[in-house]
Amino acid sequence: MTAIRERLGNGWKQLGSMIGLVLIVLIVSALNADFLTINNLLNVLRQVSINALIAFGMTFVILTGGIDLSVGSMLALSSAVVAQLMAKGVSFYPALLIGIVAGAIMGAFNGIMITKGKVAPFIATLATLTIFRGFTLVYTDGSPITGMSNDFSFQLFGKGYMFGIPVPVVTMLVVFLFLLFVLKKTVFGRQTYAIGGNEEASILAGIKVDRIKVIIYSISGALSALAGIILISRLNSADPNAGTSYELDAIAAVVLGGTSLSGGKGSIWGTLIGALIIGVLNNGLNLLNVSPFYQLVVKGFVILLAVLIDRKKS
Amino acid sequence: MQIQLKNISKSFAKNQVLHRVDFTLESGEVHALMGENGAGKSTLMKILTGVYTQDEGHVLIDGKETRFKNVKEVEEKGIAFIHQELNIFPNLTVAENLFLGHEEKIGHTGILKTKQMEQKTEEYLAGLGLSVKASKLAGSLSVGQQQMIEIAKALRLQAQVIIMDEPTAALTDREIQILFSLIEKLKKQGVSFVYISHRMEEIFEVCDKITILRDGQYIATKQVKDTTFDEVVYMMVGRSIGDRYPVRSGHKQSDVFLEVKDLTRRGAFENISFHVKKGEILGVAGLMGAGRTEIMKAIFGYESIHSGEIWINGDRVSIRKPSDAIRYGLGFITEDRKSEGLILDFSIQENMVLPILKQFQSLFVISKQREKSFVHKMIKKLNIKTTNETQQVKSLSGGNQQKVVLAKWLGLMPDCLILDEPTRGVDVGAKKEIYSLMQELADQGVAIIVVSSDLPEVLGISDRIMVISEGKVGGFVDKQDATGEKIMNLATGGK
Repeated sequence: MTAIRERLGNGWKQLGSMIGLVLIVLIVSALNADFLTINNLLNVLRQVSINALIAFGMTFVILTGGIDLSVGSMLALSSAVVAQLMAKGVSFYPALLIGIVAGAIMGAFNGIMITKGKVAPFIATLATLTIFRGFTLVYTDGSPITGMSNDFSFQLFGKGYMFGIPVPVVTMLVVFLFLLFVLKKTVFGRQTYAIGGNEEASILAGIKVDRIKVIIYSISGALSALAGIILISRLNSADPNAGTSYELDAIAAVVLGGTSLSGGKGSIWGTLIGALIIGVLNNGLNLLNVSPFYQLVVKGFVILLAVLIDRKKS
Repeated sequence: MQIQLKNISKSFAKNQVLHRVDFTLESGEVHALMGENGAGKSTLMKILTGVYTQDEGHVLIDGKETRFKNVKEVEEKGIAFIHQELNIFPNLTVAENLFLGHEEKIGHTGILKTKQMEQKTEEYLAGLGLSVKASKLAGSLSVGQQQMIEIAKALRLQAQVIIMDEPTAALTDREIQILFSLIEKLKKQGVSFVYISHRMEEIFEVCDKITILRDGQYIATKQVKDTTFDEVVYMMVGRSIGDRYPVRSGHKQSDVFLEVKDLTRRGAFENISFHVKKGEILGVAGLMGAGRTEIMKAIFGYESIHSGEIWINGDRVSIRKPSDAIRYGLGFITEDRKSEGLILDFSIQENMVLPILKQFQSLFVISKQREKSFVHKMIKKLNIKTTNETQQVKSLSGGNQQKVVLAKWLGLMPDCLILDEPTRGVDVGAKKEIYSLMQELADQGVAIIVVSSDLPEVLGISDRIMVISEGKVGGFVDKQDATGEKIMNLATGGK
């Protein structure tokens, strides 16, 4: 009986964020007629895709009870690597692959520090946030990298459309479906939840907790890199300060989606909804001509409100 | 103080957990409340202490209808509830624990009179026959001493009634005796006790009366001197369960499966050597803190060792982590099922399949169908009482939780199963089922190691007993010449 209630509870949790999203959409579209146009909505989705990709990785990390503060710096360093390679004439796909691998290696470094070094995730990734940012500045000498080739696929990656849908949105959805599958249907997914639910019991049940954590932090790094490559394609340059404070939006999306910061409970669905809430809010506040300073205030209160409502329910 | 609970009924949703239950506690008596897990003992005590409100019936204290609104009112009335999981803050000192919420301050400044409280603490504890420094961290004391602090807390509030839930579960025999003499002493001063326990021997030793509940029904109240073990068990279970320990059918032991040579982890245990054969049940006895759990954890790769060898089936193996141990055919049922055995938020199903997920995987996808059929088989085999497999394990009783842990390991079909305190907090009926299961596994050729602090249990189920004393092997005793006395002698180093 409790389990049924619990199942319902989980459904409610997502339903809750869903209702929140619908509410915000209704309010914004009532206040501004431009919001509910195909063009604007596709625009919102495209803006959301970068944060969503990072937040997907963050979801895995948070499900294990960890946190990854270094996503913005991993984004910057790996996209700088890709930009540099392409400026030197390497074609897009090899560069993309190298960029993602670079992100995964940085993530793996986080994972190894956390598991083998037994450093708390908050501290380990706080340190690498600085380290990777520093490397980015060293690598780029502090100035943006431009002059990437006009490689068609590269341009398409951030700016193109596929069947009328922006390519970044397609990329985000493909990653979403894949991770949804991993989390719900595979051994790896189940073990991710198990680690967050009770790490000791998981180790004693023979789950290779360290290995899984390293993989999860690598996923977070790889997805940050992917998001970064979309970003440099859109902007046609790699800024060494790109991605600063992106970790906050990603964590906010995960939390708005109902994933518990203590681990073990949550879903990638919720994170997608959470990212959409943040995206709609940003876009809506822009359309409504709210000053950027007030936008921050509003965003913060929405997050607080969402979490407060969530507490009340449970 | 006299407490009368009359005609108490209570339902949760549609589930009636108490049907018109009566319970009377006279001043200066030790009254055992017995029943299987889920019989309604803790619900009844929660109604007495105002945590729940009864649907029907009356709570009378000295003849006056009473209804407590919060813990503070209960305390003021002189009733203390000492839970099985102690409310001790390990990071605070003994004195800080004792005075928590009732600190003595200089006026209204919030500045603590630390010296004074520490001095008082030591006086209180000395009165209970315990000499510890009040400025020591409570976490550095033994579980038995922590329990004494809980009792001291109750007495400091002038408790007239003390409710104790499984007070001896974590105590050594010596500590139990100290606890019992304290109970005797307080009884003479008119303090009464409600004593909730699954341990029959203790109840017959320390209690005056027994009230038995079964499935939320009041069954009987008996004077201890007028009843017997068998009668009480019969009333609790509603049927005769036969011998408490299954009779060991002439077991056939064969080759040695696991052999440990000179295992040492400095500061925890040293030079531990023993072996266990296929089809043998090796009991491991010893005092709490003697290092038994640490040895088992080390064999299973959960704690490191400084030196020593582990041999399995005649080969020397290297076990660095639990997944290695599992690969070599070991299974480990930990002492603390809540923190090490189960994921409490997970369902029965999700917990049971955790170590064997890969078995249900085809092409990266977990087959829900095969998972479910395995779980159904286990629920039936182990007689787990549940509505369905998606029930969260945290809502199960202790006995059923333990069965989920057992099922989890049976799925791996281990060649050697280590069980650390497998029946702690488990009721009589489920205990017997667990013993029978161990017996059955042994008959199938599984090597079994059982760590237990329950002396009659070790004596009842083992083929051979290893006694650990202060981190060393105190000796081995064969079943036929094992007595409680002999084991205690070895455990205490012959003192």
